[in-house]
Amino acid sequence: MSPWIAGFLFLILYPMVSTLYFSFTKYTLLTSPEWIGTENYRLLFTRDPFFWQAIRNTLWIIAIGVPLRIIFGVFTAWLLTLPRRGSRVYRTIYFLPSIAPPAAAALAFVVVFNPRFGPVNQILRGIGIDDPPLWFHGPGTSKWGLIILGLWGIGDAMIIFLAGLLDVPSQLYEAADIEGASGWQKFRHVTLPMISPVIFFSLVIGVIYGFQLFTQAYVVALSVAGTSIAEGGQNLGAPEGSMLFFSIYLFQQGFQAFRMGYAAALAWVLFAITMICTLALIKTSRRWVHYQGALR
Amino acid sequence: MKRWLIVVATFALVAAACTAGGEDEGPAETAPTGPQEPVTLEMWGAWTGRELRQFNQIFDGFTEEHPNITVNSTGGVGDRQIIQAINAGEPPDVVLSFSLDNIGQFCTSGAWQDLTPFIERDEFDLGQFPDAALSYTSFGGSQCAFPFLTDAYGLYYNVDMFDEAGIAEPPRTLSELADVARELTVFAPDGSIERAGIVMSIGYYETNVATVSTLFDAQWYSEDGTESAIDDDPAWVTMFEWQREFIADVYGEGDFETGAARLEEFVAGQGDEFSSANDFQTGRAAMNMDGEWRTAFIADEVPDLNYGTAPFPVPDDRADSYGMGQIGGTIIGIPRGSPNTEEAWLLLQYMATNTDTLVYMANNVRNVPTTVEALESPELDVTPQFETFLQIFQHPESHYKQHSPIGSADQTTLADFAARWQTGRTDDLEGGLAQVAQQIDDQLAQA
Repeated sequence: MSPWIAGFLFLILYPMVSTLYFSFTKYTLLTSPEWIGTENYRLLFTRDPFFWQAIRNTLWIIAIGVPLRIIFGVFTAWLLTLPRRGSRVYRTIYFLPSIAPPAAAALAFVVVFNPRFGPVNQILRGIGIDDPPLWFHGPGTSKWGLIILGLWGIGDAMIIFLAGLLDVPSQLYEAADIEGASGWQKFRHVTLPMISPVIFFSLVIGVIYGFQLFTQAYVVALSVAGTSIAEGGQNLGAPEGSMLFFSIYLFQQGFQAFRMGYAAALAWVLFAITMICTLALIKTSRRWVHYQGALR
Repeated sequence: MKRWLIVVATFALVAAACTAGGEDEGPAETAPTGPQEPVTLEMWGAWTGRELRQFNQIFDGFTEEHPNITVNSTGGVGDRQIIQAINAGEPPDVVLSFSLDNIGQFCTSGAWQDLTPFIERDEFDLGQFPDAALSYTSFGGSQCAFPFLTDAYGLYYNVDMFDEAGIAEPPRTLSELADVARELTVFAPDGSIERAGIVMSIGYYETNVATVSTLFDAQWYSEDGTESAIDDDPAWVTMFEWQREFIADVYGEGDFETGAARLEEFVAGQGDEFSSANDFQTGRAAMNMDGEWRTAFIADEVPDLNYGTAPFPVPDDRADSYGMGQIGGTIIGIPRGSPNTEEAWLLLQYMATNTDTLVYMANNVRNVPTTVEALESPELDVTPQFETFLQIFQHPESHYKQHSPIGSADQTTLADFAARWQTGRTDDLEGGLAQVAQQIDDQLAQA
């Protein structure tokens, strides 16, 4: 048996099949699993409002966050193609936030967005906004705080877009210039099609990461709830469940409520949704992703 | 297809075989006597930092009593790691947990061994513990833990602010609490709360569904523990309706929505609970519900703070119950598969009942000791503020909420509803409580 096969069987296939089995059992981690058929799935689809809340929050953050990350990433990358001098310095500066540990970055943003003494609200009050947002402390604004945190750490996506932009053949722009194309027309009909494979990659990765969003939301929610990580979270998803994302709910059920059977069912639902979304994106990509040298 | 089914079934069997560990045989018929082999006990607990260093001091006395036994104490270990070790078949000998809510799961599953056979064999006197402490260390007929220090919850109040407002005594009923809170609350010119009399929002520090519902004696479960009572016991409706009236009265000049909006903004700016930025310590809140350990934080961080403590006010129709409050704290036990059960049992008895040990820990980490003898010890360092919590612990009506096999999931579920209720984002109290009860019942069915 080759090492790859052994690794696949015991590190991927075995855990996956095990969780599939556990998802059909009542299994609390403390006792042996007991077969209950599809009860876990029935419960989560028909009687668990937290499940649907987690789905809504997760889809919201993906629907808003992923396109914004792509737009912001492309824009930042485009800006970084402009300087004639010092471009490496600028690229480094913009890339730096993405190497900050997620937990540390999230804690820093909790301070930055503190409604009472955080610098953001101090500035907003300074310019005459008397009633600034509660950011992470308000259920209506907490997810926007996470979106901004994500945009701050755009460096990883930005560097890929930058590579894509620099890879666009200059003769295409020259040809467009000869045809009298405007700046927007060049972007729309030359740049975008040429970097569409990179955008597609970012989209797929962004959607997958979106479904797995955990660390930042976990750290922020515990900070907002004033609960230490060691105490665990009765308040995971605070404020008011607005940051209860799918992975957080899965963690809470599996490792805090010790409902491992139920958590396994959640994991398989997450896997199925992620697969469906990824396959759907791949299918639509044939219409809008252009590969250089491709026959189509 | 058949091949795949065989593969899946094989993996499932292997998975099932790899879970939950084995059963324990229980104690020997008689306690071991005579010379014993040297043994090192592994002790896992949740203490960290300064408290862990103090905790580790207690084992010297045990080794003096039992020279063949040494204790290797590891701190910073949560329930999750303990459960993983039990499942892996490599648990420590003795465990300590801060998560009292998990006791239902520990006892029913046998993950923490039932101590009854040891207690009966050695005629261990459970009367050493006050009844209240015993009640929260057992579940479903299994005494799977002993208490090791406890917490008690009461009212902290700023004496200087009371004096300025001409208030002589701490409030004893919830209507008195509202009057005092109104007096002590200071609004900024823009209407926001500059100083809160007291914040009664669920999720604000130790003000949570468990501590508040204890005051109303609201029942979490039916008598047989098989279903939630949150939609049946009228005390829940009373509690949540009182909360809205309180918010309207104290912070909204009679209007709930105004009060809720002001309070939400105030709570958003709260200081970290376990730091010197705590709202009560900074004077941002004139009163607060908190545990006895706050006395140690204040002594350490704001020693000049002029404050008093008292039992938390009770509902007006339960005025006779004044003096009670929520109690409940650290638990210790022997995990399933403990390699040195007899020695672990000796250590457990020592930790739970040795007066010097309990008094030492109480004096240093500022928790309430959990034996009758330690409570009466002249060595116990009792300040007037700390004395309040000793009294609360010994009040006959003080208790911890009913345990269940679903751990803290009941509180999580109810707290989610409470957060929406207290901010006015839902007005359907009875419907909301019914849904919470249904969710808890669903989880009970799976436990």
